[in-house]
Amino acid sequence: MSDLQLFKGNEAVGEAAVRAGCRHFFGYPITPQNELPEYMSWRLPEVGGVFLQAESEVAAINMVYGAGGAGAKAMTSSSSPGISLKQEGISFLAGAEIPGVIVNMVRGGPGLGGIQPAQSDYFQATRGGGHGDYRTVVLGPASLQELVDMTYEAFQIADRYRNPVMVVGDGVMGQMMEPVVFPDMAEVTDPPDWATTGKRGRDNFNLINSLYLDPEELWEHNRKLNDKYRQMTEKEVRWETRATDDADFAFVAYGTTARIVQKAVEQMREDGHAVGLVRPQTLWPFPQEPFDELSDRVDGFRTVEMSLGQMVEDVRLAVQGRVPVQFYGTTGGVMPDYRDIISAMEEMMRKVGGRR
Amino acid sequence: MKAVYEKPKSLTDVVTHYCPGCTHGVAHRLVAEVIDDLKLEDRAVGIASVGCSVFAYDYFEVDFQQAAHGRAPAVATGIKRVHPDSVVFTYQGDGDLASIGAAEIVHAAMRGENITVVFINNAIYGMTGGQMAPTTLVGQKASTSPAGRDPDHSGSPIRVCEMLSTLPGVAYLARVSCHDARGIMSAKRSIGKAFQTQLDGEGFALVEILSNCPTNWGMSPVESLEWVKEHMVRYYPLGEFCTPGEGE
Repeated sequence: MSDLQLFKGNEAVGEAAVRAGCRHFFGYPITPQNELPEYMSWRLPEVGGVFLQAESEVAAINMVYGAGGAGAKAMTSSSSPGISLKQEGISFLAGAEIPGVIVNMVRGGPGLGGIQPAQSDYFQATRGGGHGDYRTVVLGPASLQELVDMTYEAFQIADRYRNPVMVVGDGVMGQMMEPVVFPDMAEVTDPPDWATTGKRGRDNFNLINSLYLDPEELWEHNRKLNDKYRQMTEKEVRWETRATDDADFAFVAYGTTARIVQKAVEQMREDGHAVGLVRPQTLWPFPQEPFDELSDRVDGFRTVEMSLGQMVEDVRLAVQGRVPVQFYGTTGGVMPDYRDIISAMEEMMRKVGGRR
Repeated sequence: MKAVYEKPKSLTDVVTHYCPGCTHGVAHRLVAEVIDDLKLEDRAVGIASVGCSVFAYDYFEVDFQQAAHGRAPAVATGIKRVHPDSVVFTYQGDGDLASIGAAEIVHAAMRGENITVVFINNAIYGMTGGQMAPTTLVGQKASTSPAGRDPDHSGSPIRVCEMLSTLPGVAYLARVSCHDARGIMSAKRSIGKAFQTQLDGEGFALVEILSNCPTNWGMSPVESLEWVKEHMVRYYPLGEFCTPGEGE
């Protein structure tokens, strides 16, 4: 089935997960992602799956732990305050090497914050959020088609590394409607040989565990995990550049903000300014390559986010001081206006430009 | 020569880390005997919790998951919902189940989750060194209640079976004690019923086992068993609180 269908973001995530072979979803209500568990509550039973509304986000992520450890493609979703509650479980998933997919439709914070779109969970998503030396691949889609494709791929990445994967959208992504094409229905596979299915004739028993009391053993375990993180860094990193070939300045933005910045780029190009856009598609691993390439060619980067400045730290680490990196952002659920983004870039061009 | 008494097949040969005189060993054995008796070794999946029983996964010859503190019933839910034909049990202490995991146990029970819970109540946090538990008796000394538990300050202990017995999803609930041979035999019967309840698809089953902690209670093993009998059984009455079919 490759028809174009008009879908709401949250529901598109649900259908993409079903197409990927997900048959177990555990969630707890929170705005602005409620349409996703609601969709799963009728869609999963249709395909022989299980939707369960948990008593809390804490319980939901631990149900994902149990189900993932038992060999299922399992998923949970939430929005910022609920994702904070899931951090313990995400750390345990990483430590016990259980695949699982976590969707965060980010809203403004801190605390209860608000329910409007934000990107202020970037630190939490990319720095781990939970305790310990661990990483999760973090996918940052900018359109509903990409949201569908990334949700689908998130399950494959999670299985490939036996590691949790996060899909980070925002309130806009969850609520807006766009035409999408869904991938074909993947076959539901048997549980992997490490899963706790009950021994079923196996000689050995399987164990899902993250406890290593011997420090040397724990170090060894961490080294093994780190090898996976290194592989993810090499193989899973993704980005897109637009109009950067002849650019004097480049924007950096991800997700919904990148859509708005794209409009600013088009307008500025019309006005004769050579500006482009670097759009990280994976927030972790963060793309180094486009910054190595562009830092020799552009006069500066302007990072735009719906936050007080979080991804800009990764941009600075990637640029390594070679050219100026400046930040422009709105937060708390306020979306940036493309005209303000243009003004911010023009200001940077006046101050920085003409160095070469 | 005919063997009249053997180690259950479902226990491994690993030497346990439990303190001398602790009844965790007895409870482990009883669970393993039931797994053997009901021939569940190929279907059983255990969930170890956080506390003294954290290493339970080393001692049972069945698939296991180790869960975050208090979350064993949620983890068990995830496993059971993926493999409904598996036999899923948690093994949790009182700090894990009645304190940090209070929400998870109540809601697993509310859903009538078809799992078996083995709940060890020794009225103290053992692994961390004897702090006050939600089940610590009034007046009982603990490292964080050095003058004894004061109900005006810390409230009175939770009776888990009585609390859960109000929930329609619960199929089997029993409190037993491991302080003497008779109690141990009764405990075995209740654990058997709690697994059978799951096999019959009746719903949530929990056995609370009153246990000792000679190390953190500062008693000899014999004194500690006497203390279970004299003090714990008085506050935590033994018996069955729910049996399959009666709640409907």
